[in-house]
Amino acid sequence: MINFLNTIFSIFALLFLPFVMVGIIKKTKAFWGGRKGPSIFQPLYDFIKLLKKDSVISNSTSFIFKLAPLVTIVCTVFAGLFAPLITGSAIINIEMGLIIFAYILGLNKFFALISAMDTGSSFEGMGASREACFTAIVEPAFFMIIASIMAISHNFTFDSLSKIIQNMGNYGVLICIFAVLALFLMVLIEGCRVPVDDPATHLELTMIHEVMILDNSGFDLAMLTYAASMKMLLISSLIVKIIIPDGTPYYPIYYLAAILLISIIIGTIESSMARIRMSHVFEFIFIMSSFALVILSLTAVRVFGG
Amino acid sequence: MIKNWHIAKNNERLSLNDLPVLDIKDLRKETIEFCKNGLRPAGFFGKDEGDGVVKLFIILADDKGVLGKKGVFYVSSAIFWAHIRLYDSFTSEIPAFHMFEREFFEEFKIEPLGHPWLKPLRKNQDRYEFFEMEGDEIHHVLVGPIHAGVIEPGHFRFMCNGETVYHLEIMLGYQHRGVEDLMVKNPTNQLAESICGDSVIANNIAYSSLMESIKGISVSNKAQLIRKLALEMERAAIHIGDLGAIAGDIAYLMGASVFGATRTLVINTMLEFSGSRFGRGLITLGGVNFEIDEEKIERARKTFDKVEKDVCRMVKTMLKNSSVASRLEKTGTISKERAEEIGLVGMAARASGVNLDSRFDFADKWMDELNIEPVKIKGTGDVNARFKLRYREILQSFTIIRKIFDKLKEYAHEPINCGYEALSKENAKNAFVISIIEGWRGEVIHIAMTDRCGKLLKYKIKDPSFNNWYALALAVRNNGVSDFPLCNKSFNLSYCGCDL
Repeated sequence: MINFLNTIFSIFALLFLPFVMVGIIKKTKAFWGGRKGPSIFQPLYDFIKLLKKDSVISNSTSFIFKLAPLVTIVCTVFAGLFAPLITGSAIINIEMGLIIFAYILGLNKFFALISAMDTGSSFEGMGASREACFTAIVEPAFFMIIASIMAISHNFTFDSLSKIIQNMGNYGVLICIFAVLALFLMVLIEGCRVPVDDPATHLELTMIHEVMILDNSGFDLAMLTYAASMKMLLISSLIVKIIIPDGTPYYPIYYLAAILLISIIIGTIESSMARIRMSHVFEFIFIMSSFALVILSLTAVRVFGG
Repeated sequence: MIKNWHIAKNNERLSLNDLPVLDIKDLRKETIEFCKNGLRPAGFFGKDEGDGVVKLFIILADDKGVLGKKGVFYVSSAIFWAHIRLYDSFTSEIPAFHMFEREFFEEFKIEPLGHPWLKPLRKNQDRYEFFEMEGDEIHHVLVGPIHAGVIEPGHFRFMCNGETVYHLEIMLGYQHRGVEDLMVKNPTNQLAESICGDSVIANNIAYSSLMESIKGISVSNKAQLIRKLALEMERAAIHIGDLGAIAGDIAYLMGASVFGATRTLVINTMLEFSGSRFGRGLITLGGVNFEIDEEKIERARKTFDKVEKDVCRMVKTMLKNSSVASRLEKTGTISKERAEEIGLVGMAARASGVNLDSRFDFADKWMDELNIEPVKIKGTGDVNARFKLRYREILQSFTIIRKIFDKLKEYAHEPINCGYEALSKENAKNAFVISIIEGWRGEVIHIAMTDRCGKLLKYKIKDPSFNNWYALALAVRNNGVSDFPLCNKSFNLSYCGCDL
């Protein structure tokens, strides 16, 4: 019975929190900009508004374009079932959930890319090529981080994330710090936030994620933006899982506080720095890769060095 | 050689019959020689003389006095008889004539032989032949004419290899409204204000002073000062707005908000002065329409002090931010040599180290009397230089505005316009007048001529965008395609000012 309630609670959080997270980021940006800003539920209202609208679909597209938004949302929700959320453990907590989590998100991205190419627009092709480039660097780094942590704790579920210090002592503290930083960079990159991408721009030539969904409208657009913010929540949840030890009383409250904090930090970064030049974005992403390598070497030292 | 040219000062009324008429070959030779000596083209346009005869006028500007007199125009002309429809292009020797010759060709179908880029400028868009780059790696990105933002229409074609732009081709003409012909039919201040929406004051002053010269109306000191005040307010407002737009393009949110808010304060002050945020209806023939009293001046002073403080603080914060600096520096560079070669004018030219400012080069008495110094900046020619120059010009504008506020007291008793007298005056006969004024973007030049009854024969407008669009295409070469919006905003050129 408890488990049943937990599941309902988790699913509710998975579905509802992405809106709030984006809302808080926008509110933070408004605060720094000296504006009042929209309500933190505005993304939810926008979502509902979009649901009521018809989609306009270009004649030059094929079925891929119609299919992609559905695949995207289904993949993201499905991946969400395998990630540790508000209760501290995944709804489907199985061994190697990580692999499912990562590759379901990968499938999602694959459809996003081919759907963008499907429109035949030169903008969307450009956006897809940028996105593909960045993903190619982010994905190995992500695997290095999570897999090293799992390997050393001999626990192949996401639960191992909260046991780093417990399993590895002093090394664990270092790994925790680097893992949190690396995953936070991943939130910025995958969530398409400043300094990698600018979610607020109207300039097609500078967009990455936004340009890939330029031709989508109505229901499709609602699904794509929803899925993008949900993905941000999922990766943030991994960070929370590392920071907050398992079995902490009132875990959900800490979880919500941590998500709030992450959103505020993202909003503050967006307000206080300019977006980096497109040609320098790789250098930024390589920071994540180097953190991942640090974690990998620390793990190796721990395993082979005694 | 100078005998073949007539010297004209700003707003000086010449007699159309006094202008020398040369053979086109001689005219070309002398023009090229003058340009190699440091003059630059300010006007190159034809006038239909009937029966297929076209008279070509060339106006060269001597900003620094390389031929003796500082701040004058050299005017000459040539006749194309009906059977002559070819001439050797000027552009092949002096690239600054590039746009002028395209415009001339489009209007009269007189072909400049050897012109490297003879394409339609405003009309015949369906017959536009684009430059094509070949190669498997090259992809074309087509933008516009309808854009995602609320901006004017224009077609941009990027030829890229990956993220790098090799070449940008800009096709304009979607805003062509035939302003020059309308001007001849029915010249009004309202029409002059609509030439280019962000240079309302500059165009209106150019038009008004030109017509005042033709009609022989003199403008009171007070009205002249109010015009100058409005011009500087326009400069400050647009520059602040553009700083905000640059900040927005690099996703630097705080800059976008602060500059957006402060720009509003400036244009709202204009609203208080004239009833329009862009100063429409402020300037009229013979003076200005609105009195600016002490109370308004005091309020404006306080507002401008606040605006200046906020802008200073924000610009300093921005320039200290390394992420901002990395976006602005070495982006969209136009070297000084290149700028001189293609005839860049105005703010963009100054940012490249070309010292051109018609406020000082074609100075009136006020620049001395108010004791204003030109802005000096290291002209690196990149977005950073244009950003800093705009900032310095905002500060300069506020200095000028304050001095004008002080000066206005001295002329408190003077009338602001000459009422209906201005409308009843007849145009001078056979007149030819050139009027130049430095708008925020650069020199706005209006040229008009009247026939022997005093009716307008030809009205010619040259917006600074006309010279500068090509510079934008050069600026983005070898830059990332995602840096284009940033380069574009740093120039912020006008579509309708070029298309007319």
